Amino acid sequence: MFPVKELKRSALISLWFAFLTFPIMVIKVDPIERTVNWRWDNLFFVALGSFVVSILAKVYLIRKERRAGLKKVSKAVTEPFVQRILREPRFLYPLSIAVLIFAISFPFFFSTYQTNIMTTALMYVVLGLGLNIVVGVAGLLDLGYVAFYAVGAYSYALLNLHFNMGFWAVLPIGGLFAAFLGILLGFPVLRLRGDYLAIVTLGFGEIIRLILENWNEFSKGPSGIANIPRPGFFGMEMNFDSGITYIYYIVVALVVFTIFVVNRLQSSRLGRAWLALREDEIACQAMGIDKTKTKLIAFSLGAFWAGLVGVIFAAKTTFVNPASFTFLESAIILSIVVLGGMGSIVGVIFGALILILMPEYLRALSEYRMLAFGGILVVMMVFKPDGIISNVRRSYQFKKHSSTAE
Amino acid sequence: MSEVILKVSGLTKNFGGIKAIDAVDLDIRPGEIVALIGPNGAGKTTFFNCLTGIYTPSAGDIILRDPKNGTETRLNGMKPNKITEKGMARTFQNIRLFPTMSVLENVMIGRHCRTHAHILGAIFRNPATRREEEEIVDMSYDILRKVGLHRQVNEEARNLSYGAQRRLEIGRALATEPFLLLLDEPAAGMNPQETEALVTLIRKICSEGHSILLIEHDMKLVMSLSDRIFVMDYGKKIAQGTPEEVRSNPAVIKAYLGEDVDA
Repeated sequence: MFPVKELKRSALISLWFAFLTFPIMVIKVDPIERTVNWRWDNLFFVALGSFVVSILAKVYLIRKERRAGLKKVSKAVTEPFVQRILREPRFLYPLSIAVLIFAISFPFFFSTYQTNIMTTALMYVVLGLGLNIVVGVAGLLDLGYVAFYAVGAYSYALLNLHFNMGFWAVLPIGGLFAAFLGILLGFPVLRLRGDYLAIVTLGFGEIIRLILENWNEFSKGPSGIANIPRPGFFGMEMNFDSGITYIYYIVVALVVFTIFVVNRLQSSRLGRAWLALREDEIACQAMGIDKTKTKLIAFSLGAFWAGLVGVIFAAKTTFVNPASFTFLESAIILSIVVLGGMGSIVGVIFGALILILMPEYLRALSEYRMLAFGGILVVMMVFKPDGIISNVRRSYQFKKHSSTAE
Repeated sequence: MSEVILKVSGLTKNFGGIKAIDAVDLDIRPGEIVALIGPNGAGKTTFFNCLTGIYTPSAGDIILRDPKNGTETRLNGMKPNKITEKGMARTFQNIRLFPTMSVLENVMIGRHCRTHAHILGAIFRNPATRREEEEIVDMSYDILRKVGLHRQVNEEARNLSYGAQRRLEIGRALATEPFLLLLDEPAAGMNPQETEALVTLIRKICSEGHSILLIEHDMKLVMSLSDRIFVMDYGKKIAQGTPEEVRSNPAVIKAYLGEDVDA
């Protein structure tokens, strides 16, 4: 059943892991006592653990291959369960309504703390959907996405500080600022693709952060801007708890709006052009698609959502400083898109919820939670490189045509 | 002169010190099937790339004349998408489909430059956009039926057989409503049956009012299809004429078979 060769390989892997982790897992230097503690039992656990994990992984892969082989023979390609649901309107509509009802009633059943975490997660859903336009659909690897997020947040902070503008007035302005910046960034990088584009956007993200950090007269530097007002509701005064609930609803509304817009865009002429651009740039141009225009729209539209969420972020935390907009943020948003499934809306939503909520609920594992988090990411990428839910191409029915064609 | 829909004169393309194309002239009249042949590395594909805007020519003129309204455009230095808008579409030697998009969507992309729906239209899905979208789908389906792929509309393009991918590329190019279609080795890698079907297809396309310029190595196909043939070697045009004239042209024989060696 299970080949001995694989057992040997797993044993080698576990030895290798034990060797690699030896310095951190076994040796513990006590600087006060000036002694070294040798924790040999750890070595044993590492070796055993990696042995078991590698065997499990191998078993899984073998099974998967066998199943794929069977599939080819029987020719009946069974679609994954989730995708089948997503394709059927009679499942999809009740399901989305149920999810919406759950989202709306969430603050009534859960604590303010839970609501707050959920708000954050939903903000990342919007960020993920925005970046999904750029990376997932148009295929432009953007590592500086957080810059647009920062622009949105600082738009609200600064416009409020200097001109005393309210949340609702700044919300569209923040989005538009970010979109404009997206176009500004788009122009110089139009010729770049893949790795080169990634490097330039990475640099761009850092530039924005460094400007915010060092231009004290403009952005108050690293100390940030505090006392940003929460969003108002027709001048009503709100206590802390209802304020959080209110922001939660704003974000839910934004999520719904974003899903609506992104979904429509994806199945439009423009969305198709983005996909084509991702697949083959030269063929795309040869088919009469204006590469420049299409790329710039993708960049600015992606940035627009980041700007909106930025404004909400500033309103939610009532404080912004450059430390919130590091490369790590960009990386997390990018992981949401890649992990969830490039170009797939539902995938990105799941990705965001998992990536943002998991570290929160893994708190029980205390100091190991980031390790567990990293481990889950690696496992995901090994076993499901297309993401949790990969994008399904829309299919068309031609009953009337095919009947006349015969 | 006014008869000609594409007039290329003195087209030259240098890559550094290398003259990939050296002062090539070519012209195409409406309804014609013209073939461009030559040994490997003769500069045929470079010539195509210059015509379609992927390369900017170093010298010479490319004039495209729309047979419908007679407007003449100089294509030198225009962007590829503008050239396609002017009515000249192409296929690629190494197939360049959009692999993970469906067959239908590949053709729908071709409709891009003939439709206008913008971003707000896409979001609000107003009647005009919806109608346009329906037109795109219907028209793309008709084109797929013409190239014989209407049974595979929802298949991913990468899952098609090689010959079908070639036909899909032609279909995609047709969707841009070109009056001149450039085919870069359409029969490469096809089996005899597929090649035969391709010949029928090209004839059909031509009879529907598209002129065709094709690069091809399959001499049987070239000789049976083309009205006129241009022959290139080492970047220069070495011959032109009807298939019979070209077949017996000593320069062509020399280019293909090498110098005469004294027996």
